[in-house]
Amino acid sequence: MSELKPIFDLFSTAGWAPPPIPEAAHLVAYGHQLASLKSLPGVRVEASTSDTGIVAEVVIAAGMRVDQPIHLCFGLYQQFGLQNVRLALTLEPGAQATLWSHCLFAVPLAARHTMLGEFHLGEGAQLRHQEAHYHGASGDIEVLPHARVTLEKGARYLADFSLVEGRVGRLDIDYTVDVGEAAVAELTSRIYGFGTDSIRLREALILNGPGAKGLLKSRVAVRDEARAEVFGIMEGNAAGARGHVDCMEIVRDRAEVSAVPEVRVRHPQAKVTHEAAIGSVDSTQLETLMARGLAPDEAVDLIVRGMLA
Amino acid sequence: MTAWAGLFHGRGQPDTDRAILLRMHGVRLELQGKTVLDGLDLELATGEIHGLLGANGSGKSSLAHAVMGCEAYRPSAGEIVFEGRRIDDLPMHERARLGITLAWQEPARFEGLGIRDYLRIGESAADVNDCLRRVGLDPDDYADRAVDKTLSGGERKRVELAAVLAMQPKLAILDEPTAGIDLLSLDALVDVIEALKTAGSTVLLITHQADVAAHADRASQLCGGRIVCQGETARVLEHYRKRVCRRCDGKICHV
Repeated sequence: MSELKPIFDLFSTAGWAPPPIPEAAHLVAYGHQLASLKSLPGVRVEASTSDTGIVAEVVIAAGMRVDQPIHLCFGLYQQFGLQNVRLALTLEPGAQATLWSHCLFAVPLAARHTMLGEFHLGEGAQLRHQEAHYHGASGDIEVLPHARVTLEKGARYLADFSLVEGRVGRLDIDYTVDVGEAAVAELTSRIYGFGTDSIRLREALILNGPGAKGLLKSRVAVRDEARAEVFGIMEGNAAGARGHVDCMEIVRDRAEVSAVPEVRVRHPQAKVTHEAAIGSVDSTQLETLMARGLAPDEAVDLIVRGMLA
Repeated sequence: MTAWAGLFHGRGQPDTDRAILLRMHGVRLELQGKTVLDGLDLELATGEIHGLLGANGSGKSSLAHAVMGCEAYRPSAGEIVFEGRRIDDLPMHERARLGITLAWQEPARFEGLGIRDYLRIGESAADVNDCLRRVGLDPDDYADRAVDKTLSGGERKRVELAAVLAMQPKLAILDEPTAGIDLLSLDALVDVIEALKTAGSTVLLITHQADVAAHADRASQLCGGRIVCQGETARVLEHYRKRVCRRCDGKICHV
């Protein structure tokens, strides 16, 4: 499929193995140009494009269990570019799927990518969402993934965001998840910034349903002049709601991180906890690895890579 | 017969035929204004299991850290010689590359670092599965787990011992290897030390437990930052059992 060659080239540039896109339900877009689209029985993928952006909709039918991951691949292969995406994702009751989002901006010298998402998981639906970014070496890339996620009774949403290779540029993540009765949301973010990268990570889990459970886990490492702001918001608003915020940030050189946890409980039978560790590499970890023969730089690299793995 | 019996030969005299692997002479170490090692002299012969006994606070772990080269444990006087070469100014990783390593009393944990990879640090050619089995850990259950907080304290210490085995060091410093380990894994510890000895490693076995040190070839007792008794293990143990203090206050209370 010649229309997929550019995205496979971008995968190669990022050092990633190309996924089996042609066989899976998918959407591939370069800038505001739709390259490839495929639905499968029970998985409807639709999109329209204009000069101002892409509007996409993915619907997984009730009770449908999709074994093969659904792929959303967004990229730019011009030197300068803009990509705006509006994505509506719906898992009807009882649907189960894995969604792989790949955002590849290896080529541009300067670019901006925005994503406005509306995700809705019906009763008992389950979504595993893995979002991997590669922004190349330029550093003049702006990426703004924003989404609102709604989980109905008993739904499960497990999301993993990763940007650990290449420059970050300017990243602004803003996710809010409304967690319903007995629903579960787990958001993990792993980001490695350097140079003059700027990271803003805001994730909010609002545990509105009785027995709702949430976990926010952030792993951010910065060095050089990079800056990061991490906002982890957890609200327990119903009986039996349980939430935990787990932040770990490593800071090196002249980089800077601020972590702002916001935990709020509005029901006496809800419980929300928080732990955070921000600082340089732990000296005990460092010495343990040096006692195995690793030089300090090698040891730090291993610790950071492990944290972001 | 216990698992320890017969493991070590318990030679009464230093083996003068063996080369000295490590020599500490007149080592003085101060931490936060307090003298921790005070003109300490200690020699380890190549291939021996040397027990280092001392009450809590007597400076045993500080000695281990000083030999390993931890940044905060640089001696202010004296010399540390390894295989005839002064190593006082070498950083930790260079000492490790010479063949010195340390199994920490409270080893660090690493998120995202697998046990298999941890044991392969330093491009170790050792059989990871065999190293894990020797410390009583089933490789099928553990090799792919992370060296993180999901391991119990005892499991983490066993992994640390396995890592020392995998490194095949010339000098293995085992700092309180039985602390925090359940009784079952004392057998595993015996196996580790036996394997190290068989592979030609010298072991500095640091402990405050007489029953652990009893199986060393030779032993030394540390008190007030100095070696106050050294030689045949049984004699050092007898001396140690008669000590006055339970926790060392930095002064020599027992000569």
